[in-house]
Order: sequence, then structure tokens, then C-alpha cells
Amino acid sequence: MNKTAASLAAALTCALALSGCGSSDSPSAGEKAEPKTNGELVIWADDKRSAALKPFADKFGAENGVTVKVQAISKDQQTTFVTASQQGSGPDVMVGAHDWIGNLVQNGAVDPVQLSPDQTNGLNPNALKAVTFNGQTYGVPYAMENLALIRNTDLAPKAPATIEDLITEATKAKTPEKLCLQVGQNGDAYHLYPLYSSAGGYLFGTSANGDYDPKDLGVGKPGSVKAFQKIATLGEKGDKALKRSITPENSIATFTAKKCAFLVSGPWAITDVKKANIKYDISPVPGFAGGQPARPFLGVQTFYVASKGKNKALAQEFVTNYVTTPELAVALYEAEPRPPALTAAFDQVKGKDADLEKFVTAGKDGLPLPAVPEMAAIWDPFGKAEAAIVGGADPVKTITAAGKTISAAIK
Amino acid sequence: MTATMLGGPATRQARPAPPEPAKSVVGQVAKALLLGLTIAIAVWAAFPLIENEIWIGLAILVVTTAALLYLYLTPRHVPLKYLAPGTILLILFQVFPVLYTASTAFTNFGDGHRGSKQEAVVAIQTASVTQVPGSQQYALTVATTGDPATGPLVFLVTDPATRQVSAGNADGLKGLPAGEVTVGSTGRITAASGYTILNAGQASRRSAEITALAVPTKGGAIRSSGLSRAYEGKAGRAFDERCDCIRDTTTGQTWTANEKVGAFVAADGDRLAQGWRVSVGLSNFTRVLTDSAIATPFLRTLVWNFAFALASTGGTFVLGLLLAMALHSPRVRGRTAYRVLLVLPYAMPSFAMLLVWRDMFNTDFGLINNLFGSDVDWFGGSASARLAVILVQLWLGYPYMFLVATGALQAIPRELSEASRIDGASAWGGFRRITLPLLMVALTPLLISSFAFNFNNFNAIYLTTEGAPFPADNPANGATDLLITYTYRIAFGGGGAQYGYAAAISIFIFLIVAVVSAISFRRTRHLEEVHA
Repeated sequence: MNKTAASLAAALTCALALSGCGSSDSPSAGEKAEPKTNGELVIWADDKRSAALKPFADKFGAENGVTVKVQAISKDQQTTFVTASQQGSGPDVMVGAHDWIGNLVQNGAVDPVQLSPDQTNGLNPNALKAVTFNGQTYGVPYAMENLALIRNTDLAPKAPATIEDLITEATKAKTPEKLCLQVGQNGDAYHLYPLYSSAGGYLFGTSANGDYDPKDLGVGKPGSVKAFQKIATLGEKGDKALKRSITPENSIATFTAKKCAFLVSGPWAITDVKKANIKYDISPVPGFAGGQPARPFLGVQTFYVASKGKNKALAQEFVTNYVTTPELAVALYEAEPRPPALTAAFDQVKGKDADLEKFVTAGKDGLPLPAVPEMAAIWDPFGKAEAAIVGGADPVKTITAAGKTISAAIK
Repeated sequence: MTATMLGGPATRQARPAPPEPAKSVVGQVAKALLLGLTIAIAVWAAFPLIENEIWIGLAILVVTTAALLYLYLTPRHVPLKYLAPGTILLILFQVFPVLYTASTAFTNFGDGHRGSKQEAVVAIQTASVTQVPGSQQYALTVATTGDPATGPLVFLVTDPATRQVSAGNADGLKGLPAGEVTVGSTGRITAASGYTILNAGQASRRSAEITALAVPTKGGAIRSSGLSRAYEGKAGRAFDERCDCIRDTTTGQTWTANEKVGAFVAADGDRLAQGWRVSVGLSNFTRVLTDSAIATPFLRTLVWNFAFALASTGGTFVLGLLLAMALHSPRVRGRTAYRVLLVLPYAMPSFAMLLVWRDMFNTDFGLINNLFGSDVDWFGGSASARLAVILVQLWLGYPYMFLVATGALQAIPRELSEASRIDGASAWGGFRRITLPLLMVALTPLLISSFAFNFNNFNAIYLTTEGAPFPADNPANGATDLLITYTYRIAFGGGGAQYGYAAAISIFIFLIVAVVSAISFRRTRHLEEVHA
């Protein structure tokens, strides 16, 4: 390498390094200039929903004479949103799940919305309850989802009333697997919760005003031990209805391959089931005979107003006065078939789609997924305890240890 | 070392003097262009620095640019011309991140403690504004008495029940005579004499002012809810500077700022969720050392971590070397085709491959159990799970070792092994005494870096077993957990993201890897001294 070439390479590297220096030192480059040029609303959503939102965002922009940008965030939406907000490069409106609220609030990332009585009356009460945190409404819900029992009606014509019935039916159907309920190597608290609640367990108690109370942890309490003793009877050493080999990746595929007659899943599974041309029906997840009702978790998809957005007034306008119109909710339903939270939109689409009503019925006893930040401490240890017990570990020892780990993390 | 120094001057003399290239026109033009580019980038980077008033950053930028220009325009300091780019890159990509990590380790940075105290106060106050019970919602029009871009803002509101129209600003609300305003079908005011109505575009440009404007009323204040609706709200909590605390406006309860933990804490220990970032001294480090959740399984995890890194590196090396030697022999036909086939796993994205392998180890549906007709609960037992992850690493990693070993073998003159054979050495003896030592000189640094990489091979565990199996009595530490996956779970699994704590842990892991690497490099230098 001769000297010129070397010094050229050197100069180029320096130039590149400097440019790196420039951009790393100034994450807010150019942002300060933006509000001066034009009113702009930035919306972040996941891939599917950004595509559905685009036409409505454009319409809102045209009506109001502003530019609306919809940006797809395909991974780790919550973390990306919180980090970007803190750096000042976040959106004005965020679309995401309602159980983020606790964490978003403690990081000062979202603002409450003030809905008029007419607007709140138009929403499904369960959905509204889910987005209420410490007495404030943090966002406008647009779709709900919960687990249900999807069954192959060729293999199992009758909807089982209890989990015991389900096992009898499954044995009669002679499928290789009795129940497609995803457990996986490290458990899945969300999918187990209906059975856990039916057997008498709970995660957090509720305080007087109906909010979850993180100080009353149900995991590790006698009720949870009893619940897991019942669940253990369904495990690999028992009825083999719950197996660690049924994972999030293969549970729906196993059902569509007719290797099991029953699938516990949500509205997102229906597309695959339809594609496989399976005759199916949807019913509530059954509980244990003589137990409490099986309560699935309710998840609510929500529009949030970002606290650190640059255009909060416009974001409030969009979220509180535009998202609450049925047209948008129907379009989002068409992008992915989940029951709309807006009663007017739900009434519009339920005639076309009989499954929606069945999912809503299955979620009648449902509980909003706890939005308290402490919930982050539950998922991992609870799931692992589930996997261990399904695999044959001692329920008492396992669930007591999980309770200890969780309460140490919450403190 | 001595050998190379002796050899130095001799080769220097033998080499022809380097040509004088500085006069080439193309070179001069390119040099001018690149230096121009450097200046252009520096100017571009300077504007945001000036705008955000980061004077130290600007000073660093100016000094660096000036130094670079001087360096490449003067004929002197030739060695520095070569060193400068590398040094800048080293500072940018090594020193700066390390210092940043280290500085984070002394803070409580994490969920609930991301921003400043000021931001926490704003968040607490905003979150506490609720609608005054029984109050009305108003139809809102944003207007101004002056220029739409700069004039003072006014909220024109219509009471939905009485149809009374009023204008409000920070001084309060005053009624407007009905004759002076035009009210649209939705109840919003569309025109008012003496006021300029802002359209949505104009209003959104003054978004921050609109959000901040609160029109005081008897029960609280009228605030905007978007651009077309307003509500009467009341802040339930307010910051009181005198006591440096947050006060509840109805109950009078106070939460005092605690700069040690970065949160507002009440006398009874109740803590507000919105905190801020403070320096916590060494407490993250002492927590690593004293936390029983870390201390108890630490040794077991460390031993397995070393075993995993050694087995991954050693296994792939042995396998890769064997294959490289087999294909090194000129008697093998179709060597190129074999080599291409062997390198294939290296060409596939390891991310996807790890997930595919995870599914292949599934007890009931996995390819491996189906193929062998076995019923092994691979990720359910400690030994089988450990074997499984090492097998996966072997498959993913051997092509790399195969490639470098092939290259290194080709660099060793065949005469050497032929000579040893003539001298009566067996094939094994020749390999052990001639080929292997020469190979090791070239490959040891690669083995050390491969060891360091595998020591922290997060994906290898997280995308396959996720640390499983977990003992029934401890869901926090699994049999295949490496230190990095284990501590990731502690720092990010339970109480949300705790970056400060995670940074402290990563410094400990860095120390372990640094010590191991330093010892290994020292040993390598012995090898070089013997064989150079």
C-alpha cells in the first residue's frame, strides 16, 4: 500500500468516524426544526396495523391539513417506544397492548385521555376497565382478545363443559395428542391462566376500588398450591393433556394437522384454522368439574397519547375524537379479526363473522390482564414453575419457590 | 521476540526503498476531496451541537477536525498518519461504550428511573389531572387575538347544555355575547369577531402551548382534550418547592423527594411510580456480590459457563481441523465441492438455525427423537440439555474452524512434513511436532477470541433452551444458563429493565473474560517466541 492510498484510507476513516461522532452526539439532530415546517403527527404501530391505519391516517391528515406519518415497528414495540420517547425521538401516538400501561406510566411515557360520557358509553365496559389504571384512562381501546376453546367438530362434536369431559372426549377421538394448549419448555402463564383460575389460584388480589393490588401476591399461597396440584393431574405424569412438547410454535400447527381435537388459543389462530379447512367451533375454555369458572385473560389493543410527543394536542385529537369512530375500528378488524372494543363497530361486523360473538362469550368471565408493572415479575417464574410441574415436579416445592422469586423481584 | 528483532534490519535492507507517490495528481485530488468531506461532515455535525448547546462536544469536534487537517496536510508525523484512524475508531467504538457502561453502572437507570426529576414531576402532575366530578365537556375552538403563528392563544368553548359561549385564557373565562359568534352544527365556534380561528394545521404547530394552557375555573381548570373538545380538570397532585415534595391536593398527603433512591417517598414508605435517575454509588456492585440469588448458583453457573465455552471452542476446532486435514490431502477428489458443502452451515443465519435446532430437539415432534425412534426429554434433563446445546454449537461453529484451519494448513510448506517423514517421523509424529505447533501460532488468537465469544454466547442459549431445565426450587437459574443469560434474566426479567444493575453485572463478566484472555495471550506469546 503506497502512502497516498494509505492516507486516503486514513482520511476516509476519519471522515466516517467524525460522521459517527456527529450523529451519536446529536440524536435530536433536525428534530427541533420540524415543528416549524409543518404540523405533523407520527403514529407507531406493528406491521399489520400500520397498513390498516394508513388510509385513515391519510384521511385525518387531509381533513385537518396536517401530515400524518404511520411507521411500522415490527419488534419490541414497548421497549422501543419507551427508549425512543426518553430520547425525544418517539412518536405522538402509539398503538399497543393495554398491559404496557403500568410500565409506560412509571416511565412517564403516556398521558391520560379524557373521554366524554358518550364516548365511554360506546366502549365495551371490560375494555374500558382494562385501560383504566390508578383511576385514570390511559388510552382508547379498539380491539379485544381472549382465549377460547377451538375444537375440531369432526373429531369432537360436543363442546365439553369441564376439563374432565374434554379428556374423555379426546380419548374417544383417539388423536395422538389430547389437548393443544401451549406449554413449551419454560411454560406459558397466559395460556394456563384459565385452568389456574378455575382450580382456585390467582395472581394479584384486588383492592377496594377494583384495581389489582401488587402487595397481595397469590402465587405461593395455599390456593395456588392446590391449583397446581390439580393441574399436575393433567400433566405428563397424569392424563398427558398438558405437555411441554406442545410449544407456542407448534400448538396451532398440531391442531390444523388434526393431531388433536382441542386447541386453546385466541382469535389470531382462526386464520390458520380456516386455511386448513377444518370444521371448527368455538366455546369457552372449560374449567375443572366443581371448580370456579375458567377465566381467560382479556387483552385490549389500545391507542396511546405519548407524553413526550411533539404534537400532543393533535395526538389527543386523533386518539380521543377520531379513534372512537366505528369506521376505523372496522378497518382494523378487517386487518386482523379481533372483536372491536367499540360497541357500534362490533355490532357492524358481528353479522358477518359468527366467531366474534363466540369469542366475546368465551371472554365473559375474563379478567383484564394486570397492567401493574409488578406483572413483569410474574411471567417468567410462573411459567417455569408450570413447565416443571407439568413435567412431574412436586407442586408444593415448585410453586413456593416461584412465589419467593416473584416477591423478591417485586419487593 | 529476539528472533524477529534480529531478522528485522536484514529484511529492511533487502527491500527496495518505497516509491515517492505524493506527487500523483489523482492522489492529491482525492486527498483534497476526502479532507473536504471531513470538514463538511464536521460542519454538519456542528449545527445540532450548537443548537443543543453542547459546548464540550463542539470543542472536541473542532479540535479533532483541526488536528486531522493539520496531520494530513503536513509532511511530518508519518507514523501518526497511520495510527490516527485506528485510534479514532478505537475511541468511538471501544473506549466510549466501555466508559458509558461503566458510568451507567453507578446509577439507578432503568424502568421508572429513566429521566430527570423535572420530567418525573411533570409526569406525576399530568397523570393526576382528572375531570372534575359532575363537570361538563365543552366543544373547543382554538383561537388567537393576534397572528395565528405567534399571537396569544384563546380557548373558545361552548357549554353543551346552556349553549353559552365563552373565551378563556390563563387569566380566566369570560362570556361572549351570542351575537358576536357563529356556532357550527357540532357546537364548535366557527367564527368570532375579534378572534382569529386557528385551523388544525396552525394549531398543531402550537401544540405544546395548547396542551399547557389551562383556563382557571372555580373547580379546577379548563384544558384541551385534543383540538375540538375541552374538559374541566383538576390536578390531584402538585409539586411543592418549599418542602421539595409532591402534595395531594385533596387529602394533603405528601411524598418527599429522596435523592438517594430517585423517587418521591411518603412517610409510610409508599413510593410514587415515576422516579428519576440518580447516582447510587457502588450499590449496584455490592448488590451483585451480596444478592443470594446470584451468589448461591454463581459457582455452578461459572463452571458450566467455562465448560460450555471450552467445549464449543475445542469441539469445533478439533472437528474443523480434522475435516480440513482430510481435505488437505491432494489424493481427495472433488475437494472444492466438499469444501463448499462443509461451509454451508456457516452460510446460514445462525438465528434461524438455532430456532430450527430447538424444534428438532422437541420430545414429541422433534426430528431427532423421530429419526432415532427415541423418547429423550432433551431439554428436560440437565445432562441432555447441556449435550444438546453443545451439539448445536458444534454444528454451527465447525465451518469457521474448518475455513481458518484450511487456510493455515495451506500456508505451511509441504516440504516440512515431507522432510520430517524422510527423517523417520511417523505421520502422527510429524503432525504433532511440525504441523500442529505451526498451526497453533496462527490459530491461537482466533481460538481465544472464539472462547471469549462463546463465553458470552447469549443467542446459543436464549434461542434454544432459554436456560432450561430449571430446578423446581429455583426458577431463576437453569442448568444451561450462562452467566450472561442468567444475569440478563435478573436485570431485565423481574422488575422491568434495570440498566444500571445490568451494567454493573456486565463489568463483572468483562473482568472474568479479560482475565482469561490476558492469561491466554500471555501463553500465546510463549508459542510465538518458540516458533517465530
